[in-house]
Amino acid sequence: MEIQVVKKVLDANLTVANQNRDRFSRHCVFAINVMSSPGSGKTTLLEKTLTRLAPEFRAGVVVGDVSTTHDAERLARSGAPVVQVNTDEFGGDCHLAAHVVASAIDRFDLDQLDLLIIENVGNLVCPAEFDIGEDAKVVVLSVTEGEDKPVKYPLMFRVCDVAVLNKIDLLPYLDYDRNAAIDYIHQVHGGMPIFELSAKSEAGFEGWLDWLRNGIRRKIGG
Amino acid sequence: MHEMGIALQIIEIAAASIPAEMKPVQVETIRIRVGKMSAVIPENLNFCFEVASKDTDVEGATLCIDEVPVVARCKSCNHQWTLSGPAFRCESCQSGDIELISGQELDIVSIEIAT
Ligand SMILES: [Zn+2]
Repeated sequence: MEIQVVKKVLDANLTVANQNRDRFSRHCVFAINVMSSPGSGKTTLLEKTLTRLAPEFRAGVVVGDVSTTHDAERLARSGAPVVQVNTDEFGGDCHLAAHVVASAIDRFDLDQLDLLIIENVGNLVCPAEFDIGEDAKVVVLSVTEGEDKPVKYPLMFRVCDVAVLNKIDLLPYLDYDRNAAIDYIHQVHGGMPIFELSAKSEAGFEGWLDWLRNGIRRKIGG
Repeated sequence: MHEMGIALQIIEIAAASIPAEMKPVQVETIRIRVGKMSAVIPENLNFCFEVASKDTDVEGATLCIDEVPVVARCKSCNHQWTLSGPAFRCESCQSGDIELISGQELDIVSIEIAT
């Protein structure tokens, strides 16, 4: 005997993600979900971003990490409130699910924030599948990775709103075809904005910061 | 490996779909639809399901996974086609302004119960 079910497997996650989204809207917080593979320079990018935006906006960070607190310690030096979530106990240790983010945001005073950066676990596969209620999804890629990452992990590049191509200060020393990388990104996601920058030297940082400023201003209504 | 979290959700939803008056009953098959664009590896999902379904109402059930192809529609010229690779550019007009019609599904369709 067959019983029809017809239900999305990730409905439970989506319900909580929508609750998160409502909370961000109610408190006028622009929330971004930043994803990458390990070693893309995501933490340095966020460190510099927090420092540069600190005079203008109040930011907080949720750091998802499998078990260490290294990234959280680095980000806390910017002065922004940081909440670390270890994903070990959530049966997967590869992504942040909406309920994990929900319990992390309980620990912030959202009225005191304009921007919430959620640093997802380093992985280009699993986080793409889980909506966490963010306003925008950001994928960080570095020029030390293969040009073809976008076509190897198309879902990630499909679901994200913008891409950051990091470590461009290393281009003179690498045999990296940046045009090919950009072309691959646009094959998977036509028209996707790409910020080519170096988190280390802060070259190319303005475009990325302006994109964040615009998002925050739209959300806080300023 | 996020397939474990997904397997747990499948078990929960499937177990909740068994009519209370029928329990305990052997669930033979759980039919799911998985889009080819979803980041789910069927072998991983099968493995996780087998491990996680032990001692639940759906223990012993087999996952029947229907893979759904990625179908896109070009917003510029309205051309619709099935993708065979991860290139989302219109094969007719080369536009990158594409909408996905299918391929990201992760749905439970039905459960088959022994009678
Ligand atoms: Zn077209």
